[in-house]
Amino acid sequence: MEVSFAMTGKGYVLLAADTTAVHSIIKVKTDVDKIKELSPHLLMAYSGEPGAVVSRDTVQFAEYVERNIRLYQIRHTYPLRPPSAASWIRRSLAESLRSRNPYSVNLLLGGYDTSTYTPHLYWMDYLGTLVEVPFAAHGYGSYFALSLLDRYHDPEATVEEGLAVLRRCLDEVSKRLVVSPGKYKVKIVDKDGIREVEL
Amino acid sequence: MQYNGGSVIAMVGKDCVAIASDLRLGVQSLSISSNFEKIFPVTDRLYIGLPGLASDVTTLREQFRYRVNMYTIKEEREIEPQAFAQLVSSTLYEKRFGPYFIEPVIAGMQKTPSGSYAPFIAATDLIGCLNFAKDFVVAGTASEKLFGVAEGLWEPDLEAEDLFETISQTLLNAVDRDAFSGWGAIVHVM
Repeated sequence: MEVSFAMTGKGYVLLAADTTAVHSIIKVKTDVDKIKELSPHLLMAYSGEPGAVVSRDTVQFAEYVERNIRLYQIRHTYPLRPPSAASWIRRSLAESLRSRNPYSVNLLLGGYDTSTYTPHLYWMDYLGTLVEVPFAAHGYGSYFALSLLDRYHDPEATVEEGLAVLRRCLDEVSKRLVVSPGKYKVKIVDKDGIREVEL
Repeated sequence: MQYNGGSVIAMVGKDCVAIASDLRLGVQSLSISSNFEKIFPVTDRLYIGLPGLASDVTTLREQFRYRVNMYTIKEEREIEPQAFAQLVSSTLYEKRFGPYFIEPVIAGMQKTPSGSYAPFIAATDLIGCLNFAKDFVVAGTASEKLFGVAEGLWEPDLEAEDLFETISQTLLNAVDRDAFSGWGAIVHVM
């Protein structure tokens, strides 16, 4: 099942997502990148509904968002700030909800606002629910990770401390979730942009 | 209506009104945020509470902000609570056969012909049926509990400080009995 986690720290946002693509009982691919880089300081982790069949929907929507955010940047020579991008993405989901066939994709949006020097993390679901949070998770993994993050998350933590907390979450999911993913992709966004992290 | 949880209450006092809500956002039994505000300012003297489906909370808030801004530009004056209540009602009824899953609660100070202000509260159902109560209005997952506690604690002509205490205790004790509401609360007094 698709899981993703994210947390904020001192001047950064950390996102992690599993890397498996599944069809029925088969793991078709084990190195999928489910964290899109929307702009130099904006990351978006996407996943499908827990229990539902993973469909083309999630990737279609994620790429639609990626291209439109880039289009804004091309037109205005300035990237959309995280709160504005979140609002635009949310509206796309909310409008899709009451259309003929709605997108079924849940998102975690992490970005660094270069004009206010603050990290932002947003939890978004397929209904168009948007809320800014200090840490978040999607999928069955959230039932394990959120409680751990309640206890161990520190909004002023360094990157190393943040990664240590993330490792706790991933270990717990591996230990307790029946269909736990093997590998995760971890990305971090801060004032210097986006980089991938090896756990 | 029970997917995200949340409750709102508004009460009338002596030359004042108060509106309060919890701050929980959840996905059924899983709580996601303890900071999800459901009460938004319309003008300095008018607030609207929007309990129900979280996605529609945001959509409606943006819709009302747009419609009130258009009203202000066209009428060159701020909208009064009574008119705003009618605006809410018609906005909801437009979607009669595919409604927003929200039951708005409105609280404000209405300008009277003599120039002073009178307390005003109203609530609607999800398709815009207005309820102009004289004492209090409730909505959300803890609405039955809110009715019960409010009926017990409310009395007419409460001063601002007393109204704050009354509405706070009403909200706190009602949401404590409800699994889908709670995790923080906020009160606005006008």
